[in-house]
Amino acid sequence: MKIMNCPLNGPRNISEFVYGGEVKPMPDMVNCSDKEWAEYVFYYDNTIRIVQEWWFHSPSGYWFIAERHTASDEILKTYDPSEIFKERVDFEMKAKPAQEVVS
Amino acid sequence: MPFSLLKYGLKNDYPFENDVDLPAPTDLKKHYDVVIIGGGGHGVATAYYLAKYHGITNIAILEKGYLGGGNTARNTAVIRSNYLTSEGVKFYTESVDLFKQLSNEFDFNIMYSSRGQLTLAHTDAAVRSFRQRTEVNTHFGGKTELVDPQQIKELVPTLNMNPADMPVLAGLWHIDGATARHDAVAWGYAKGATQRGVELHQLTEVVDVITENNKVTGVKTNRGTVNCGCVVQAVAGHSSIVAAMAGIKMPITTYPLQAMVTQPVKPFLDPLVSSSALHCYVQQTGRGEIVFGGGSDPYPLYNTRSTLDLKESLLASAIEMFPFMANLKLMRQWAGITDMTSDYSPIMGLSPVDNYYLDAGWGTWGFKSTPICGKTMAELVASGGKVPDLIKPFSMDRFDVFRQVNEMGATAASH
Repeated sequence: MKIMNCPLNGPRNISEFVYGGEVKPMPDMVNCSDKEWAEYVFYYDNTIRIVQEWWFHSPSGYWFIAERHTASDEILKTYDPSEIFKERVDFEMKAKPAQEVVS
Repeated sequence: MPFSLLKYGLKNDYPFENDVDLPAPTDLKKHYDVVIIGGGGHGVATAYYLAKYHGITNIAILEKGYLGGGNTARNTAVIRSNYLTSEGVKFYTESVDLFKQLSNEFDFNIMYSSRGQLTLAHTDAAVRSFRQRTEVNTHFGGKTELVDPQQIKELVPTLNMNPADMPVLAGLWHIDGATARHDAVAWGYAKGATQRGVELHQLTEVVDVITENNKVTGVKTNRGTVNCGCVVQAVAGHSSIVAAMAGIKMPITTYPLQAMVTQPVKPFLDPLVSSSALHCYVQQTGRGEIVFGGGSDPYPLYNTRSTLDLKESLLASAIEMFPFMANLKLMRQWAGITDMTSDYSPIMGLSPVDNYYLDAGWGTWGFKSTPICGKTMAELVASGGKVPDLIKPFSMDRFDVFRQVNEMGATAASH
């Protein structure tokens, strides 16, 4: 069994973790174009090198970031997201109020 | 039956002495009308149909390793068309029809064997989804029926009807389900293509794609640079990597998929059997070996290594379905690399770069579409970029307009 080091719980079996996708900047969801949003949701670098990824420790419900090589499967580093995301992001919707469609 | 076999049986001497399957390697030319990256089933099939139906023969197939040595040799050779969406069913039904004629067309036996494919339902939700698939399939000319447990027992007497305490409620009986020798499919296409003048360059790795004003003009390889009119990318397992050379980002994540094969035993299993809940599919090859595979690995990786935990769970599921298999020995185990899209449908057609055509995102459903994929990609290339109706729904920009073709229920592990 492969072991992953959870920053919160220490070394655990890889089967306890869920992969959560590449770490990438999120566009402003209110003002971005459909294309930008689609790119954020569906498109991936999917390269062969050391990448930053989101991982989830399922039993404790904890999200963190891992640095892993996508060909050798070597996990080099795992750390709390606060090391990258220093500022709080408010996901408040500031869109215009929905307007009634007059047909 | 291939007629050459009959002729061979009637001759006194060995008739194939001067017959060459593949011409000897040559130097790369400076210019090709079409460069196909990837000498697997899809690449050689595209070249074959271009040469046969469209008269385009100035084609180079550039293959990093050897002919059909990648995922063409690693899949579990399942041919079926019992998908969920109308787009998918139309596409794969035509593929099955083409597969049926291939042996005669090549005059070379691809060992096509129509056995039927049985998918087991263990929940009411699965039964409902199977009903829908039956209707969609029948509507588009496929042969699919819903069968009850009694019929399943008759079809597969050795099956455990209560695997892992999940009783079999019904089955999706896909009469067209089949298997074939996957290597032979690639060999047959390659032979047909090279006889018509197509060049197959093995051990030729594309290291860069040259573009000018957003239009592809050539490729750099480890054997030199070639200019070309257009490029077809058919590199299952490395789609994102090769596309990135042309500056294209793809909606693909790449996962390994693991499979195994046992020692040969006497024939006991005609149909291909898979369970929707156990994520396992089992079939017996013409040589008596039992091949089984499951879902992809739980996280992305470009590596064909095997893992004990995945093999263990796959074996447990297979033994639940056929308990006597616990006494068999494993002969081989391997993994392939699958380019998964989020809607479980392929990406075919135009790309953001002019004259650069994509044949990617073949995940775990690439082998069964080899003939139709070659045929439609050839049409696309020959028409200079007019996308055939059959593959229009699979264009990459479907993700940009949120118009996915959801085959998740029909692929995943229900091969």
